[in-house]
Amino acid sequence: MKELLEKLTSAFGPSGYESRVRDLILETIKNDIDEYRIDALGNLITRKGTRKANGKRIMVSAHMDEIGLMVTHVDEQGFAYVTNLGGVRPLNLMSNRVVFADGTEGMLCARDMEPGKIPALDQYFVDTGASSRKSCKVKIGDPAVFVGRFVDMGDRRMSKTMDDRIGCLIAIEALKALKDSPHEVRFVFSVQEEVGLRGAKTSAYSVDPEIGIALDVTLCNDTPGLTERNLKFGAGPCIKAKDGSLVGTPWLNNALYDAAERAGIPYQVEVLRGAGTDAGAISLTRSGVPSSVISVACRYVHTPSEMVDVSDVKQAIQLLVEFLSKEIK
Amino acid sequence: MMKNDKQLSLPVLTQTDIDLLAELSHACSVSGDEREVRKIVRREIQPIADSFEVDALGNAIAVRKAKTAEFTRVLISAHMDEIGFMLVNEEDPGIFRFKSVGGIDPRQMAGKAVWVGPDHVPGVIGACPIHLTTPEDRKKTIKESDLRIDIGAENKAVKPGMFAYYATKFSEMGSSVCGKALDNRFGVCILIRLFKECPDNVELIAAFTVQEEVGIRGASVVAWDRKPDLAIVIDSTPAMDLPRWDGEESFIYKSKLGEGPAIYTHDGRTLSDPRIINYLIDTAEAYGIPFQRRQPMPGGTDAGAIHLTQEGIPTVSMSVPGRYAHSAAAIARKSDWEAQIQLLYAALANLDKTLLAQPR
Amino acid sequence: MNDIPKIKEILTDLCSLPGVSGHETPVAEEIKTIWSKLCDEISVSRLGNVYALKKGINAPEDAHRKVLFATHMDAVGMIVTELTGEFVRFEEIGGLDPRILPGQFVTIHTKTGPVKGLIVMPTKSLTKETYGSNPIPLKDLLIDTGYEAEDLQKIVRPGDVISYANDPVSMQDDTFSGHTLDNRASVAAVAVCLQELQTIQHKWDVIAAATVLEEESMAGGKTAPVDIRPDIAVAIDVTFATGPGSKEWNTRPLGSGPALGFGMNIHPKLYELFKGICEELRIPYTTEFSPRMTGTDGRELQVALNGIPTIVISIPLRYMHTANELISMKDVRDVGHLLAEFVHRLDENTMDSLVWED
Repeated sequence: MKELLEKLTSAFGPSGYESRVRDLILETIKNDIDEYRIDALGNLITRKGTRKANGKRIMVSAHMDEIGLMVTHVDEQGFAYVTNLGGVRPLNLMSNRVVFADGTEGMLCARDMEPGKIPALDQYFVDTGASSRKSCKVKIGDPAVFVGRFVDMGDRRMSKTMDDRIGCLIAIEALKALKDSPHEVRFVFSVQEEVGLRGAKTSAYSVDPEIGIALDVTLCNDTPGLTERNLKFGAGPCIKAKDGSLVGTPWLNNALYDAAERAGIPYQVEVLRGAGTDAGAISLTRSGVPSSVISVACRYVHTPSEMVDVSDVKQAIQLLVEFLSKEIK
Repeated sequence: MMKNDKQLSLPVLTQTDIDLLAELSHACSVSGDEREVRKIVRREIQPIADSFEVDALGNAIAVRKAKTAEFTRVLISAHMDEIGFMLVNEEDPGIFRFKSVGGIDPRQMAGKAVWVGPDHVPGVIGACPIHLTTPEDRKKTIKESDLRIDIGAENKAVKPGMFAYYATKFSEMGSSVCGKALDNRFGVCILIRLFKECPDNVELIAAFTVQEEVGIRGASVVAWDRKPDLAIVIDSTPAMDLPRWDGEESFIYKSKLGEGPAIYTHDGRTLSDPRIINYLIDTAEAYGIPFQRRQPMPGGTDAGAIHLTQEGIPTVSMSVPGRYAHSAAAIARKSDWEAQIQLLYAALANLDKTLLAQPR
Repeated sequence: MNDIPKIKEILTDLCSLPGVSGHETPVAEEIKTIWSKLCDEISVSRLGNVYALKKGINAPEDAHRKVLFATHMDAVGMIVTELTGEFVRFEEIGGLDPRILPGQFVTIHTKTGPVKGLIVMPTKSLTKETYGSNPIPLKDLLIDTGYEAEDLQKIVRPGDVISYANDPVSMQDDTFSGHTLDNRASVAAVAVCLQELQTIQHKWDVIAAATVLEEESMAGGKTAPVDIRPDIAVAIDVTFATGPGSKEWNTRPLGSGPALGFGMNIHPKLYELFKGICEELRIPYTTEFSPRMTGTDGRELQVALNGIPTIVISIPLRYMHTANELISMKDVRDVGHLLAEFVHRLDENTMDSLVWED
């Protein structure tokens, strides 16, 4: 599991450019699924199992994409100005390293730096070591992601892109562990979540599920200095009551709580101010889809060093497997 | 380079195009009431279309069937609507409170002439004489809610609910054109031209859409109804290629005049399909047509709705750069306009199924 | 008008029930009871929309035209985020102005039943930011239930939804006050319409939909057309009535009748049709200009599927999204009557008349 997580988090996959992550996942799961296809946007849509009389068609979505940057201009000196792909905060950019699809690395700096002030995003540029526009290896429209090495910290793990390769990992492990299910489970590895839940929208349309579950990270707020401290490390997976994109369907959440209790897993009920996940998009598809989210508390979300707790991740897998194994009433 | 760059005679810009753009620019079609532009579209292409429909929202959709056995169904969308004003209350005879429609900087309102309603009744957005303002007043932007449209005197034919538009006469200036609503009458004009000279190997679904400026609403229902193989959105994008105060190289400009049509990678609503982006660029290079990459930054086109329709539609946007968008008058280069027609034509003529054979 | 007490009773029942967005079951059950007596079939969608079908007459099954009346039944409210000692922290559902919250009684809907609570604001030394005499933002407000910490932990948990607790009040001159009149007033107006349709002949099928989640994601309005496939859609909602603090050009007096929507979400011919009926029958009306998108299900209905001719009809209402909204019952009846008369006039030629003239 650790090796797989390291591979997943290390893969290059900013929103819109997820093919490498998709190839890696497909390679990992191709013997464990009944069929798959790739849609127009690049979503990997798989099927595991068939729908029995007491079963449902369930879409389980984990997004493959990660936040990143995109080049907007290369100036005469070879500095590459950038804009955001997804929710990049200028505060988290300064002095970080980024890498482009071709392996070109660079570091982030900004114009007009003043002590105590955070420069606006459009003032940031990447220095790739180029000495002129001509010699610069990157051009307008090239995407980049943070460099953030995978670190095993014992009970915790740290890397770039835990958001949402941890969801991909949970889906992969659950998919492999799932043996006897009354349900047709459509594991979807989605694209472009970070730019507005786009992949989930088109994949949910083609899957046409009866239930939607997103797997994602959520904001762990047990670090110093916060007013609200509702989600903690080591307290189990989180089940979504509400965020900016979704009100978790009450009967579905009850089924998730029941599954956690059956499996003897602690869980946290999550209400997030703002933000959203694939479940928000799934829920609005066609006639509407009762939906919720199993999330993993993650510290330092959208920085190059996102951190999760190992027991939370393991329990999230257990919860998902238990939920998918039984009839849902 | 492309494998099969056919010998093509690329379309060139003619006086007919310029006259049509002038007519389209003078037409008044604020989002939600696109009838004046739709009327021109109908006149120009209904006679030659294999089908022509107007849907529940007012989108005009014309189809031109392919003439080859193997063909691609391409949706090309150009929005007909423009920014403007709606009269919402007659406060005094001939003096109306209004709301802007589609994102207009309030600094572009005071002191401008307008046309009001279907009869284009002349009016003005009045501004307080400088004599009666204080230096402090003049530092503040005049808010939309403090401005009124004045048609001079009471007119029973002018009522709340009617729209008003910037009263700008279209003109040619040097190697450029200048007019109101070039965003997106360029697109409409180009799509009409392409429809008339469409290559045989595509089924062209020409969508003249409504309500783009107010949330990209028209295009979404067209895409839902037609489910094309791929979609190209043609629009006009802001060019902010003015000089910086310090003479340094500007790095925020979206697009530049004179460098060809702007191909989108990423805007506020869409990450264009890289397969089509690369195809357009290869095509441009093969035929020596200038192009530029639009700077990835906020903004949005009909693509935002189209590419997410149903199971997803591979989509790209391409725009004619225009300075001073969403104001009374925009200025754009004829050469960019012509290059956009040429690139679209060459891209359609070479299009086949191999383009989307590999996953994105 | 012998139905006056009845509609008021219906509205009183509706406004006494919770039905916070995403948690509409209590009010949905009541609506099913009310509408089922007035229609041919009741069904519920996957997301919880309640549909009442009132069949038209004299048309072969496949030639039936359908009109959808969409009224959202959900209401703004709150949800528990965490417990802190004896107190509850919460987040809004839908759009709430935190300035009206301190001092408001609420009901927390827990697993073991309703718990009464009072929204309180901390004094100035207790918050991280200093607010002085400025309003306290939502994140710093608390709910006091009177329970001690240990008991509270056993009863209330994160994810429990919270609704306003006050009872509706019948006021003088046919006015009526309560929470959730946005949009239960429209649900009642549709009941008036269905009541009238018991004795009015109509050719089209009518599907009244009580939609979910309008205040959050408009999920009900987005998905209803997929279930129903209507030929025409009408969103019925509330709009701003003139009153203290609301004297702008875009308000209308209580009792001024239906506000007919006009603007980009509205098919102009439908506006003409409704206006014509009002003038013919001397139903008072106002026109509500919406130069931009309306904040109603109408904006989703219009762009559903391949596009649906849509109009928004609204009931004037004061103090929207507070615990004490205020309407005139006369407007509710007028809207219901107008809708019934509209249905009466729908025939095989209606769709052909909804054209865009260039």
